[in-house]
Amino acid sequence: MSLFPNLAASAGPTVRAVHDEFHGDLLEVSMGPQHPSTHGVFRMVVTLDGEQIVKLKPVFGYLHRNHEKIAESTSYLSSMPYTDRLDYLCSMSNNWAYALAVEKLGGLTVPDRAQYLRIIMAELTRLVNHSCLVGFLFNDLGTSFTPLLYAFREREKILDLFEALSGSRMMCNYQRFGGCRLDPTPEWLATAKALVDNFPRFLDEYETMLTGNEIMLARTQGIGRMPAARAVNAGITGPCLRASGVGYDIRKVDGYGFYPRFDFRVPLGTHGDTYDRYMMRILEMRESVKILQQAFKDLPPGPIMDPKAKLRGFRPKAGEAYGRLEGPKGELGFYLVSDGSTNPWRYRVRPPSLINLTLLEEMCLGHTIADSVVILGSIDIVLGEVDR
Amino acid sequence: METLEQIRDRLQSRFPAAKVELVTNPGAAAEHSLLLDAAMGRELATFLRDDEFLRLDYCSNATGIDWPEKEIVDTVKKSVPDPAGGPEKIIEEKTKRIQPGCLEAVYHLYSMALKHGPVIIRLRTANRTDQVTLPSLTPVWKSCDFQEREIYDLYGIVFEGHPDLRRLLMWDGFKDHPMRRDYVAPDDFEWEPTPHGGVLDRAKAHYPATPEAGAAKEAPKP
Repeated sequence: MSLFPNLAASAGPTVRAVHDEFHGDLLEVSMGPQHPSTHGVFRMVVTLDGEQIVKLKPVFGYLHRNHEKIAESTSYLSSMPYTDRLDYLCSMSNNWAYALAVEKLGGLTVPDRAQYLRIIMAELTRLVNHSCLVGFLFNDLGTSFTPLLYAFREREKILDLFEALSGSRMMCNYQRFGGCRLDPTPEWLATAKALVDNFPRFLDEYETMLTGNEIMLARTQGIGRMPAARAVNAGITGPCLRASGVGYDIRKVDGYGFYPRFDFRVPLGTHGDTYDRYMMRILEMRESVKILQQAFKDLPPGPIMDPKAKLRGFRPKAGEAYGRLEGPKGELGFYLVSDGSTNPWRYRVRPPSLINLTLLEEMCLGHTIADSVVILGSIDIVLGEVDR
Repeated sequence: METLEQIRDRLQSRFPAAKVELVTNPGAAAEHSLLLDAAMGRELATFLRDDEFLRLDYCSNATGIDWPEKEIVDTVKKSVPDPAGGPEKIIEEKTKRIQPGCLEAVYHLYSMALKHGPVIIRLRTANRTDQVTLPSLTPVWKSCDFQEREIYDLYGIVFEGHPDLRRLLMWDGFKDHPMRRDYVAPDDFEWEPTPHGGVLDRAKAHYPATPEAGAAKEAPKP
């Protein structure tokens, strides 16, 4: 008996040639889970005809920890810090989505100041996410960290703000159902406002380097097309969907929080290719800056927690609720079923990262491996959320 | 958007053979849902997607719920004539009945074209053990693809007509369905080179003591 396991039978990284008399040799390549361009522990089993992708199967679960089961065995409040770990770049949005679902389940209200603070946090998170995504996308294009470091420079400032406010840079655990945990000081608000006012300068600098870049245009335009009808049917949300020209932004459609009070536009793409998905992020950041400036201007004084909200031992009535919001990556939803006890009977995360991968195969077919890396980069996934 | 009652009535008139029930949500959200006939699930879903007034072209969330068997105690007040001839007595009669368990798939539908929603539909299996098949809605909404695979993986609902029904998150050789309420986690999942505390207790229960370990324990005798 061989000491080594049968490689062909295992699901691990194998490369084997498949003979086919019409197409010559097909090559099956397993990319990931340990691959620098798969953004974590994501794996794609790619079948190649020469250099062309003829089949691509994503493989998930390398970071699976059954977040939902853990949340079902603990109280409503205890899951709040755990939602930070889903999409670890956007903990503020995750908190809000969960708080939104619990508030819907328990019929809680949120004070005005907390609503504004939530919008400030969510839009700052969007700036962090989108600027980093663009940086990572250029990493995948082969620029080796230069644009990413520019993004990280700005991200660092925002994370410092988050740390000053919540005590943690990435795992903020800031929102509560019924409001927010902490009230920012006037100094914090002044610093944040200065940062936001300066952000367009960073964007201009970023765009000067990147948007018209010849290599970037050659590598992204017309690559990874996603037709609008397919995208809707496949449940693609967020910037990826809007790059295909479907105007569906939950901030506008549901009008959750105080978003209807804000004046902002929803940028739309036309081609649905990688370049449009890149451009969506840049334009959304500019809109986020507009939202943030309005929020800092109109931020009302007042309490930040609903006085009737009961955090510990929170027992909603039996029932269910689905709360969703426009996260930086797409529709982030929490579906909660309560049986009247202190633990949710069913706790479900609707992960935008996972569902946005539905069309990955269709987008990559006919392209090369190098292009599939860029397409994956433009979808924007975080494996903490994909695998949960 | 139409109310759920109107949608139910239209579904009923279009598909007289199908059973469509309204499931009320007593919670504060009051998001009621439609329980569709599992046998005709796909036809009903296709109608909801293509109907010009609904156009629910976007299935946002698909998930499973496990409802194990539940014992329900019904209390009925009865007045019983006193055999001694006195006034009638009121006694409470308690009857126990078992509500059969099922696995449920829940879909949250929205319309991107008309910007309304959600319409929540549910499909229920006959039981939790051997009749766990439901029609797959992946041919209707591609977004159910990974989500139904996840439900199959974590709850064990078999989706008939799914193009590629494999486990999504757990590995292929995994046996059970971990999101079911009666799932028992293995007692040796936490391995430590030098176990202590609760891990040691579980390890002792899982691995029978080896003769050497027993000999080592007996060694320090005065």
